[in-house]
Amino acid sequence: MKFSEKWLRELVNPAINTQALVDQITMAGLEVDEVAAVARDFSRVIVGEILTAEPHPNADKLQVCTVSDGVDIHQVVCGAPNARAGLKTAYATVGAMLPTPDGGEFKIKKAKLRQIESFGMLCAEDELGLSDDHDGIMELAADAPVGVSLRDYLNLDDKIIDVDLTPNRGDCLSIKGLAREVGVLNKAPVTFVDIQPVAATINDTFSVTLDAPAACPRYLGRVIRNVNMQAVSPLWMVEKLRRSGIRSIDPVVDVTNYVLLELGQPLHAFDLNKLQGSITVRMPVAGEKLTLLDGNEVVLQSDTLIIADENGPVAMAGIFGGKTTGVTAESKDIFLECAFFDQIAIAGKARAYGLHTDASHRYERGVDWQLQQQAIERTTQLLLDIAGGEAGPVSEAVSDEHLPKARTVTLRHSKVNAMLAFEMPAAEIEEILTRLGMQIEPATDQSWTVAIPSYRFDISIEVDLIEELARVFGYNNLPVKLPTLALPFTPNDESKVLVHDLRRTLISLGYQEAITYSFIEAGLQKLFDDQFEALVLANPISAEMAVMRTSIWPGLVKALQYNQNRQQSRVRLFETGQRFLPINDDLVQENVLSGLLSGNRDPESWTGKSQSVDFYDIKRDIEAVLSLGGCLEQYTFVADKHVALHPGQTARIERAGEVVGYVGALHPSLLKKLDVNGPVYLFELRLDSLLQGRIARFSELSKFPESRRDLALIVDETTDYETLRDIAGKNAGEYLKKITLFDVYQGQGVEVGRKSLALGLTWQHPSRTLNEDEINTAVQSVISALNSGAGATLRD
Amino acid sequence: MENMTSLLEQAVAAVTAASSVQELDQVRVDYLGKKGPLTALRKGLGKLSAEERPLAGAKINEVIQHVSEQLNARKETLEAVALESKLASETIDVTLPGRGQNLGGLHPVTKTLERIEAFFAGIGYSVAEGPEIEDDYHNFEALNIPSHHPARAMHDTFYFNANTLLRTHTSGVQIRTMETQQPPIRIICPGRVYRCDYDQTHSPMFHQVEGLLIDKNISFADLKGTLEQFLREFFEDDVKVRFRPSYFPFTEPSIEVDIDRGDGKWLEVLGCGMVHPKVFEMSGIDPEEYTGFAFGMGVERLAMLRYGVNDLRLFFENDLRFLGQFN
Repeated sequence: MKFSEKWLRELVNPAINTQALVDQITMAGLEVDEVAAVARDFSRVIVGEILTAEPHPNADKLQVCTVSDGVDIHQVVCGAPNARAGLKTAYATVGAMLPTPDGGEFKIKKAKLRQIESFGMLCAEDELGLSDDHDGIMELAADAPVGVSLRDYLNLDDKIIDVDLTPNRGDCLSIKGLAREVGVLNKAPVTFVDIQPVAATINDTFSVTLDAPAACPRYLGRVIRNVNMQAVSPLWMVEKLRRSGIRSIDPVVDVTNYVLLELGQPLHAFDLNKLQGSITVRMPVAGEKLTLLDGNEVVLQSDTLIIADENGPVAMAGIFGGKTTGVTAESKDIFLECAFFDQIAIAGKARAYGLHTDASHRYERGVDWQLQQQAIERTTQLLLDIAGGEAGPVSEAVSDEHLPKARTVTLRHSKVNAMLAFEMPAAEIEEILTRLGMQIEPATDQSWTVAIPSYRFDISIEVDLIEELARVFGYNNLPVKLPTLALPFTPNDESKVLVHDLRRTLISLGYQEAITYSFIEAGLQKLFDDQFEALVLANPISAEMAVMRTSIWPGLVKALQYNQNRQQSRVRLFETGQRFLPINDDLVQENVLSGLLSGNRDPESWTGKSQSVDFYDIKRDIEAVLSLGGCLEQYTFVADKHVALHPGQTARIERAGEVVGYVGALHPSLLKKLDVNGPVYLFELRLDSLLQGRIARFSELSKFPESRRDLALIVDETTDYETLRDIAGKNAGEYLKKITLFDVYQGQGVEVGRKSLALGLTWQHPSRTLNEDEINTAVQSVISALNSGAGATLRD
Repeated sequence: MENMTSLLEQAVAAVTAASSVQELDQVRVDYLGKKGPLTALRKGLGKLSAEERPLAGAKINEVIQHVSEQLNARKETLEAVALESKLASETIDVTLPGRGQNLGGLHPVTKTLERIEAFFAGIGYSVAEGPEIEDDYHNFEALNIPSHHPARAMHDTFYFNANTLLRTHTSGVQIRTMETQQPPIRIICPGRVYRCDYDQTHSPMFHQVEGLLIDKNISFADLKGTLEQFLREFFEDDVKVRFRPSYFPFTEPSIEVDIDRGDGKWLEVLGCGMVHPKVFEMSGIDPEEYTGFAFGMGVERLAMLRYGVNDLRLFFENDLRFLGQFN
């Protein structure tokens, strides 16, 4: 909420400057966002009156004016189209200092414009730093006193304070409420506007029925006839409104806006002659529509409280008025509405229509339910003062049983002390609460019964009062200590691998951690996944961030593309995060570790030309990660297909038969579509599997020598290594220690369609030396099993 | 015996003249080898009389020993020279860069997260995590933010449908913890959160660490102390900290914390407060028995302040030139 500092100080005027005031309310929880001068610094600008305005002989767009400063008459050349005889405007006399847009200032001098002399300048609002308006020179009121300093006339030595109120402090959404708060903080007296009832001069009333009394327990109405809609609101009111960011429209709108700002009570005025029959405050029936003041037609939702006449809805209660019954320049008689709508009945409703109004903002946060009588009298008085007319009596439709009840809250001294870790003296507690407008009665010697004022919607339980005590006492004046607590041991499951260690391992392997968005473009998502229909955001921020990823790959590939476009060709990225899989009717949110590898194996170096990475580079990195839990042998890589991957270079990664991830080369068609340079290798692994390791278990070391035999095997080129390894492993006897693959060869010397693999087999017995016969028998058994099981022959 | 002396002189001269280990070996063969003169002399001892033999034998041994000593000494010298010259020839340019792989690095957000986690782990907090796609209850209702509450407008929520949304904070994890565990509770909840807002200072996705401590006799002073100390540890500086009243539906009193790092400007860094009794009640914890505090901080914001990053969007572009600066 924006407000004029001077307006506030009319009610309460502590002896502190603007900065101190702003700091004080900020530290009381009313956070000030901005303080702005009402106008920039300028001097020697006065109210001038244009006496004549003639076309410039040498320029189409300029006029030559004669301007009175109240004593003398000056010739001024002016380019504004609204310069005309009789207009009172801002006149910067020769010698005036005006602000420049860049923060400097310049001096007005006598000048010649196309051969015509000009003594001074007529100013638009932006030229004085009043606003950004440059539509024409200022149009001051007809009664503006010619020759008086503009600063004095418009009361410009003022600041606009913009306070960002939290939703609990609806009571401060008015000058009255802010003044009350400033009074509390400074122990300063507050002068509220004296509001007297306006006696009715006519008897007209308009019937109001409360059909939804829980939502609208009180509705005050008043007929005012013969209002002069052409009357102009007084300068003081227009300026106060302007400083709160509200434009002057007509006397009725201005006065209702003014009372909204002054007291915090929203009001609405209907054109009495456009209302039919009587008013009912009710819930809509299905399909009812309303054209709002802004011209938009809405279909009313069944939970939106409305004001209706006999023809149907005329306003959305507490949110927005209807167009057909609104006050216009032609209106003569009005019906003034001043209601108390229940906070819950209004809350969230405006948002459901994409609306947010000054009225809904206040009703959602709670309007003082005892304010309506004062507000309607104040509005009536101001309106009669400005636009004349005759007021009827105030009629009140009320349902007492639905009005909020006066609340009392019990406050225990012990709770205050415990919560604040501080013995706040009883006298101080009583003093602060009293200052806050609460009525207190000691219930016992250790507690109080506190009556809450009707404007404090945010206080209903004990801790609300403790917060008020802390706030007024000053959060920073309260004690500080560190908690004194038991020191429990935290469980430390040794079989778990830490994500921290996974990250460190990949970093050692040259990977840079990335963080990509969890929501991605729908088309991109489809390129990487033909299995799951990704979850779609109902209100995405853009098409690029519209669906929830089912894999981290798209994000990593986009990051690769971004870097390749910036001359970074050697890219290793990893990311940990959630992917979102809609499986049947369920949503599986699982953490995964994903990696991307592209470019050369080694950084560019003097040691020689580096090769482009291949599948076995990324497999090495995955194996490093899988090894962290000590369970590498539980994982298998099985040739498979994946929509995003090269059909001949894809593996499904399983652990004990369960799929835990995929690895492979990005499909060449995707490389092309996404315009990235390949090859690109990707992996993605479920984190739950990666993190489950084992606790190490010692096995006795053999004291006896190992024996090794190497076998060079020729097999069909489609035979995979693991088939051979498994056959060899099963047939090499129980003392086989390990199998090493130390060469793979295809080419000269090996028949086309076949390949050569060289295996090293190592045996060791735990308690004796194996003899030559035993080894030879094992080797023979392996060779014949490989031959019958995989068609392997020994290489010559 | 005269020729013994001259033999010795010759041998010593040959040893001295040898300029390599190979030449020296030849000298050894020439003088001490099977066909060498000293071996011949020793073989000739048999022809001498029993009286002469010991004396001549001793003399021969003396010469042999002397020549051997000379040979060994010379060998050592020659080997040292050879080694020196070999080492000299093996000198490399130690300023050439090392071979092969370079290290990657952590994302600055993770780096910051890990630091924050370490501080709190050190004082007995454990890490709790939860789903990013949340239901309305755990993100709002259970935190005392019913559907009509104006505070919902502060959250700019991404929805999938009326009941399913992207969490706007990690507070849902706290609720889940309170639902399943009785106090004492000491957790921090790091993770991604989402809000429908995008500019230089707002990202639709960012990271938060929220914390929750519930026990008997936890006070406002404990909250102030914990966070003040955390901020000083985090910035490794005696930053000025101030506590400003604010409003969150799930805490009361509610606080925003500002810091001043010496330039006189207050920067908001986190929000916190004492857990609201309604939140306790909804999660089945007795607010008369227990009190607690909760806090939440934006990780990117802290990382920006810590490392001087000036644009939030940089964190998610994954530009290697940016990321590499934090390695």
